[in-house]
Amino acid sequence: MAQTVFVEAINQAIAEEMRRDENVFIMGEDIRRAVYGATADLLDEFGGKRVLDTPLSENGFFGAAIGASLVGMRPIVETLTSFMWVGMDQLISQAAKMRYMFGGQATLPVVYRATMFYGGGSAAHHSDRSYPMFMNMPGIKIVVPSNPADMKGLLKAAVRDDDPTIIFEDGTLFGMRGEVPDDADLPQGELVVPFGESKVVREGTDCTIVGIGGAVNHAAAVSDQLAQEGISVEVIDPRTLVPFDKQTVLESVEKTGRLVIADPAHKVCSAASEIASIVAEEGFWSLQAPIQKIASEQVHIPYTPSLEKHVYPDVPKITAAVKRTLES
Amino acid sequence: MDIDRDLLLLMLRRMWMIRNFELKVMEVHAAGEFTGPAHPYIGEEAVAVGACAALEDTDYIAGTHRSHGHPIAKGGRVDKAMAELYGRVDGYCKGKGGSMHLADYSIGILGESGILGSSVPVAVGAALAAHIKGEEFVSLAFFGDGASNQGALHESMNLASVWNLPMIFLCENNQYAVTTSYADTVAVEHVSDRASAYNMPGLLIDGQDAIAMYEATREAVRRARAGEGPTLIEGLTYRYEEHSLGLGRVRRGEYRTEEEIESWRQRDPLVILEGTLISQGIATREECDAINGETVEEVEKATDFARNSPFPEAEDLFEDMWANPIPLP
Repeated sequence: MAQTVFVEAINQAIAEEMRRDENVFIMGEDIRRAVYGATADLLDEFGGKRVLDTPLSENGFFGAAIGASLVGMRPIVETLTSFMWVGMDQLISQAAKMRYMFGGQATLPVVYRATMFYGGGSAAHHSDRSYPMFMNMPGIKIVVPSNPADMKGLLKAAVRDDDPTIIFEDGTLFGMRGEVPDDADLPQGELVVPFGESKVVREGTDCTIVGIGGAVNHAAAVSDQLAQEGISVEVIDPRTLVPFDKQTVLESVEKTGRLVIADPAHKVCSAASEIASIVAEEGFWSLQAPIQKIASEQVHIPYTPSLEKHVYPDVPKITAAVKRTLES
Repeated sequence: MDIDRDLLLLMLRRMWMIRNFELKVMEVHAAGEFTGPAHPYIGEEAVAVGACAALEDTDYIAGTHRSHGHPIAKGGRVDKAMAELYGRVDGYCKGKGGSMHLADYSIGILGESGILGSSVPVAVGAALAAHIKGEEFVSLAFFGDGASNQGALHESMNLASVWNLPMIFLCENNQYAVTTSYADTVAVEHVSDRASAYNMPGLLIDGQDAIAMYEATREAVRRARAGEGPTLIEGLTYRYEEHSLGLGRVRRGEYRTEEEIESWRQRDPLVILEGTLISQGIATREECDAINGETVEEVEKATDFARNSPFPEAEDLFEDMWANPIPLP
């Protein structure tokens, strides 16, 4: 096991997939000089034709990635969630819809790596956590990794998947260190994390927390702290939101009877909302307390730290939510 | 004329096929045999047919909302196209796409887009793949004068130029975006003038002349395959019918005159091509009429094929969502 930083895990996944398959290429803004770190050294190894710096034209190059994927390439696009708005027509009208609209003729193995840089004073135009909006649109697979190993394994799976995928990379985790297994230690010889398989991060019996992205780590911290008070909290990381492994969540709630969902997205129609509705519909009789949604407040992201710190799910908010479920 | 006779006759056949297909579509749509919008291509046949005659099956095209003509021009099947308009399982998209979303991936038709300009970046991506892989195929995007104002077009032309892609931007300037004249919405005199902003050749071609469209596209294809980059071609043409079947509120007298329509009908693309073929001794009147008659028959057969094909069943609703399927939520 090697200790690997989250952003290095991204870099490893890209480089390994580009080595494995010559149809894999990457494009984005300022990737040759790796402004965000994830694309370091790729230009030297793979050359300019497979490592493309783009103009500031999200609608143009998001679409070009789709077109390349239709004719046999496997493009990876680097972008930020907040720049995706500029290219939405291509993501929705084309990437999500083409296969179905053309009766299954189109196959689009395209990956968009969209980083969510929130929590660091980037203000309203650079802090979007927009995965729930894409959950509402059929046709795109949605991945939200919470640690370096999953980041690497899920990105490699995304490149190999034949459907369009958006990986929402939690920018608050870019510096996170974590164990990433060496390929030689893995039975299958490489780290590929399949879509639709949740991970139980902490086992517990009193309350279940489902965390999304960076909130998984807050949830794990809550579980560790409450263990000292004799409260046993299970933490589940769904890892992919489309497909969503509801069975693991329903089984956990059957055991604990209580559910808190910690989601960095805005609260209304969030991933938390969808998970809450699934449990309300299919796990209602297991519940011993009202479901608690701890998501971002329904305001824009303010610049100043004195305000921004109140927006997102954090350890105190999640802890309080767990205790509320136990009071019922 | 350095154009093979067989190719010229194929062009004439495909133009008649489009004309007769569209006439049939108008007839059966009026009779209520299928619903939903459909945008007749009548009057513009020379643009698609001339352009596609310069392409191989291994080259790619992407279309628009007014796009029954594009797949036919590239050699697609009229029976599968008609069945798609009828919403049947034997349609190109098994009834899931309809009039605005015909596609045939077996011959490089990447599909059409009801969102104008939206298919152009996709077509650029096919050209990008050729560039990355060092392969010889080219990509051609059809779009209208209206879509020429979309950001997607400008981003695409810039991308194709800076990356020197084997790409052809083919503007079908039929002069009206629904009811709005391009003279009122395009800041330059001709859409082709916009090429200069992207450092590529911009050609203004008579879009009623299939041979002129073919020759211009053939040169653009040559440039693309030779690594000389993209070309913008504007085919100046005209839409005889209204924007969409069933759009009853549009009265054409309010935005264009009968005289204008008639003056364009005098330059009908089929009359022009047949005139050239006959005057140059390439084909006789009888041969031209026979081609027309054969396409009428083929369209009739296609319509019967469509009528006799079943509708998809309820269980087909969830098919074709994913290449690697996932459970329903």
